[in-house]
Amino acid sequence: MNTDRRELVVIGGGPAGMAAAISAKESGVEDILIIDREYKPGGILKQCIHDGFGLHKFKKVLTGPEYAHKYIKRLEEHKIEINTKTLVTNLSQNKIITAYNSSNGMFKVKADAVILAMGSREKTAGAIQLAGTRPSGIYTAGLVQKLINMKNIMVGKEAVILGSGDVGLIMARRMALEGVKVKAVLEIMPHASGLPRNINQCLKDYSIPLKLNHTIVEIEGQKRIKSIIAAKVDDKLRPIPNTKEEIICDTLILSVGLIPENELSRQAGIFLDNKTGGPLVKNNLETNIPGIFAAGNVLHIHDVVDYVSEEASRAGRFAADFLKNKSLSQDNYLSVVSGKGVKYIVPQLVKTNLKQKIYFRPNKPITNPKVVVRIGNEICFSEKFKALHPSIMQKVILPETSKSTKAKFLEVAIE
Amino acid sequence: MKNYYNVIIVGGGVIGTAIARELAKYKLSTAILEKESDVGLKASTSNSGVIHAGFSYPPGSLKAELCMRGNELIKDLTEKLGVPFNKTGKLVVAFNRKSLAKLYEYEKISKKNGAEVRLIGGEEVRKMEPNLAPCLAALYSPNSAIINPFQFITALAENALHNGVDILLNTEVKNIDRKGTKFEICTSKNNLICDYVINAAGLYSAEIARKYSGEDNYKIFPCKGEYHVLDKNISYLISHLIYPVPFINDTKSIGGSGIHLTPTTDGNILIGPSDEYIEKRNDYSTTNEIMDLLTKEAKKFVPKISSKDIIKSYSGIRSKIVPPEIGGYTDFVIEKSPDYDSFLNLIGIESPGLTAAPGIAEYVVNMIDKDLNLKHSESFYPEREKPVVFADLPENEQNILIEKNPNYGEIICRCEKVTRQEILDALNNPLGVRTIKSLRNRTRITMGRCQGGYCLERVADIMLEEGLDLSQITLDGEGSNLFSGLLKGVSG
Repeated sequence: MNTDRRELVVIGGGPAGMAAAISAKESGVEDILIIDREYKPGGILKQCIHDGFGLHKFKKVLTGPEYAHKYIKRLEEHKIEINTKTLVTNLSQNKIITAYNSSNGMFKVKADAVILAMGSREKTAGAIQLAGTRPSGIYTAGLVQKLINMKNIMVGKEAVILGSGDVGLIMARRMALEGVKVKAVLEIMPHASGLPRNINQCLKDYSIPLKLNHTIVEIEGQKRIKSIIAAKVDDKLRPIPNTKEEIICDTLILSVGLIPENELSRQAGIFLDNKTGGPLVKNNLETNIPGIFAAGNVLHIHDVVDYVSEEASRAGRFAADFLKNKSLSQDNYLSVVSGKGVKYIVPQLVKTNLKQKIYFRPNKPITNPKVVVRIGNEICFSEKFKALHPSIMQKVILPETSKSTKAKFLEVAIE
Repeated sequence: MKNYYNVIIVGGGVIGTAIARELAKYKLSTAILEKESDVGLKASTSNSGVIHAGFSYPPGSLKAELCMRGNELIKDLTEKLGVPFNKTGKLVVAFNRKSLAKLYEYEKISKKNGAEVRLIGGEEVRKMEPNLAPCLAALYSPNSAIINPFQFITALAENALHNGVDILLNTEVKNIDRKGTKFEICTSKNNLICDYVINAAGLYSAEIARKYSGEDNYKIFPCKGEYHVLDKNISYLISHLIYPVPFINDTKSIGGSGIHLTPTTDGNILIGPSDEYIEKRNDYSTTNEIMDLLTKEAKKFVPKISSKDIIKSYSGIRSKIVPPEIGGYTDFVIEKSPDYDSFLNLIGIESPGLTAAPGIAEYVVNMIDKDLNLKHSESFYPEREKPVVFADLPENEQNILIEKNPNYGEIICRCEKVTRQEILDALNNPLGVRTIKSLRNRTRITMGRCQGGYCLERVADIMLEEGLDLSQITLDGEGSNLFSGLLKGVSG
């Protein structure tokens, strides 16, 4: 079997993959191949028929398919090749990609550069060790979204939603609009994990109760789910015994988080961050393997697609830079570490001298915090914020420093 | 539809299907009655899939004899039936001196039972299993193995069917009456007549024995075992079955072999099972308490295991005939009933039931040989063609398949890499079962780390394309519908 050689292969044709490929093309990369497992590009945007996309990027309120269409059009204008209905099963350290489809069978591509844009998958009942039986009627929110919005298939009549992630909130509203009785959204944490605007527009506007500090302790039903037993949790997130309450439902929807889809990264030997679940990247979004870049939800879970597109455009430009120089970067780097109150930070390595952006999320909601960035013991950045929330990714732009430092790490803390 | 059989087997678990296949070697008509939507949906598949070597059962017991015989037969049987079998060997690990005496006891029992074992030191264990926590010694059993229980039961049933056995699914026994020298069995579907009844009804075996055959010596005490399934990413952590030394200083033990680690034929590690007597025999729930315990126990063996690796938890229920207040070991019961010579009861077939199944089948056929005047059938065909497992094939063979049939190029389940053609084949299985679980047990769809998040909707599409109605798509038969219908105002 002959192995094709390509300059740049983008794995995944969702919002990240499309933006990365377009920006690489615009930065001068000629030979680009996108590989996507769906029948058409756009990724998860295709099933997001609600609006709210593009506010930051286009200053417009778009639906998911409309947002995707803007990029699909540009892919076509740029004549960027895309293999759809094709599943990548392996990525090797030396950038050989193995993929399958029904027209070409199994094929291999050797890429000079790769952009990982595989997105994420949903956490399941198994992943969160949900107690109880496993009858029919338990779904992840994204799956229900696809069934309803793309297949016109409804999954049940009375639903409980576990987890207050954005997809779950959107689906609460979507199901309510279709006449499903959405009995409650249960959230184990003392705060919602979805965006505040979705709490208002998807729950409050439809009188769907949000029960914070609540989880499911039992699932009842043999063939189809009949009810769930909810309970309040204490500050260690353990269920409090005398707070049990049965909620009758035939459907349980899980919106308990997304996991960056890094099976291929693992195969290639890419270092992963156990906090983000994504690759450890330098400020140019490059992984530990020179020429392999990552962007979008595969790198860390984003709250809005506009930032995915922005990040991916940067990855496309950086991949183009790499293809021009192809030499190992001579820069010195600082490790970026999470200090007090910080859940995670991307990128995980920054250059010692450059003016650059870093993104982070706080552990919990906090008002009037101060974000302090230190190199070694020396404060290099400090700014007061009105409020920080785990559901909202925060950005700070570090000032340029010309001072040489012996420190090897940079710490971001919320004080 | 046929309504008379020489033999009717109640229960389509591994015991029922193994006996049916064994009987198919003779000139007689046999049917299996199974109340569920497919064979082997309960204890037969919710276990570790371990093939035991027979070093722990009391010499002279049925468990010892039939386990040894089953272990001897199963490799050849799995080859004939195209079922994954892997002779991993087993390590029963002693972390301290307290446990040593039990290992010596096992060594003694194994000599009497004719099982092969060897005591090895901590250093050697470390070489065999580098990720295991440091231990003092271990009992090494080279003949312990694993099989794929889903494939095994399906294959037994398919091969029995191929050789003329009728497998009646969704068919629950409602009553059995003696009619002269025969039995009349009323089921949820129709009434059947037979000469001989074999009761292999697992959790319901004692009830059927008592109600219809005058056997009131036994009662089933359901005993739940919970499991975790771990992500294939960490399959490298162990290569043998890893067992604890059970019940030291614990006289009230349930008599199980303890929470152990099983490297499955599919590449996942299982943690479990727990031991818990329960009230309701259909309580397949998992519990927070046990799920935490399983993870804790697993970490004692392999500290690198973490709860992040768990992709699914499930439970199975053992058919124990020893009450909780007594606990400990009891033997299999394989006896003719007090009332009728032609009514055979198999009660309390728990571990090592899966291993012993081929041995039990032989044993049962020997017992009823004279009653039924069995004559060998010349047409018995012992083999079942192994289904294609695309993901296991080398790349060149994969390409040949795709060239012949492009459906092999379309991977529907991305976690387990199951292709459209494998799903189509499973959907047209000889037993005629068309549920999500039947596809799962035959192809591994929805069994990977995303648990169907990606493939479920695609599989439903294939089922619709193949002529099923939306309302016919169920998890495991009637009442387990996946979908409530099309959206309002949407037609077609």
